[in-house]
Amino acid sequence: MEPAIAFRDVSYGIRGKEVLRHFDLEVAAGETLVLLGRSGSGKTTALKMVNALLTPISGDVYVEGKPTREWDPILLRRRIGYVIQEAGLFPHYTVARNVAVVPQLLGWERDRIDARVDDLLSRVGLPPEEFRSRYPRELSGGQRQRVGVARALAAEPSLLLMDEPFGALDPVTRRDLQLEFLALRSTWTKTSLFVTHDVREALALATRIALLHGGRLEIVATPREFLAEKSGEARIFLAALEDLSEA
Amino acid sequence: MPATLAHEIAELTGEHIVLVAVALSIASLIGIPTGISLTRKEAWRGAVLGITNVVQTIPSLALFGFLIPLPFIGGIGKRTAVVALVLYALLPILRNTLTGILGVDPAVVESAVAMGMTDRQRLFRVELPLAAPTILAGVRIAAVTTIGTATIAAAIGGGGLGVFIFRGLASVDSSEILAGAVPAALLALAADGGLGWIERRFARP
Repeated sequence: MEPAIAFRDVSYGIRGKEVLRHFDLEVAAGETLVLLGRSGSGKTTALKMVNALLTPISGDVYVEGKPTREWDPILLRRRIGYVIQEAGLFPHYTVARNVAVVPQLLGWERDRIDARVDDLLSRVGLPPEEFRSRYPRELSGGQRQRVGVARALAAEPSLLLMDEPFGALDPVTRRDLQLEFLALRSTWTKTSLFVTHDVREALALATRIALLHGGRLEIVATPREFLAEKSGEARIFLAALEDLSEA
Repeated sequence: MPATLAHEIAELTGEHIVLVAVALSIASLIGIPTGISLTRKEAWRGAVLGITNVVQTIPSLALFGFLIPLPFIGGIGKRTAVVALVLYALLPILRNTLTGILGVDPAVVESAVAMGMTDRQRLFRVELPLAAPTILAGVRIAAVTTIGTATIAAAIGGGGLGVFIFRGLASVDSSEILAGAVPAALLALAADGGLGWIERRFARP
């Protein structure tokens, strides 16, 4: 089967500094692939190439078999859900309007949008009658992030990009949202590409983990295989986990 | 106060308001779109801001003087006065438009792009509404300073409340100066208060 996303010999750099080098990776349809790495490892750069926020210097990123250079970036982005840290909600829009952005851009009918917004808000644990007309500043960090997830899912994308979506949350709220993400995932067949520097989060959510180090792909492994790694960057990440639990 | 003086104050205040309103409208019509395009063209930013900055440093009486000999925009009268006032009002409007739009949270702008908004949709749905309070603050600053500067327009036959002030200076009559200065000050306060109120309305979503 054709991969949902494929990176083929992708390199990227800013001002002469290489951020990503000869990066090759395939993301199978329906899987949750976690890009794990330290700050500056190139994981966010890789993610932003999928919806053409960045364009590779060399190589190509294929989405549904077509290189991003050949996609109309506007149409490509409307097909892909995108969640970032702190959610990036529009502060001047209510929760309902925030969730409705992409359906509105796609020209859905009013009734269909309203029904979709209410359905999504309930699914991310925000009762619509209570939250529909609130503004982002009237929400807690966890609630904002829930709205961010609902907004990304609004136009029923088959592909989800998540860039440290739960990174700014307190540990308890983060755990809640991770569990809800797992619950949501069991109800859909979407492909997700998920960026994090938190190895615990990677192990909990991934079907496969791609470990990046210094702009290169170090290993791709299932969580089980990852835990058994004996060397390299994977070992360093796992050691950090153990140090903490021992302390 | 004699009836003729009251009548003259009303008349010149009206003239003053028209002068300022015309200059502000033109400055906004030029400054806001220019500010928007500068957010898209980083290379031009320094040059355009530099020029408007230099204009701002020219003493106003001198600028009015410089404009008089120029064809089309110069000469004696209201048109020259408006040109000079527009030049002064441009900088705060332009600069606040630029800082207002560039000051929008980058995460919000990135969201707008990532959700598939076109450049135009991003501008009108996200950037301008969020920058509106800052842009309005620029218009407010421009309004207050223009009301003051416009009194100098009388020196080149532009009319307005400056007529009293220059006449009072010539005849060493301080009541005549006050007849121009007090209404000008009140106008500035009113403009500041009124535009400030609108600005606060915009700041609240």
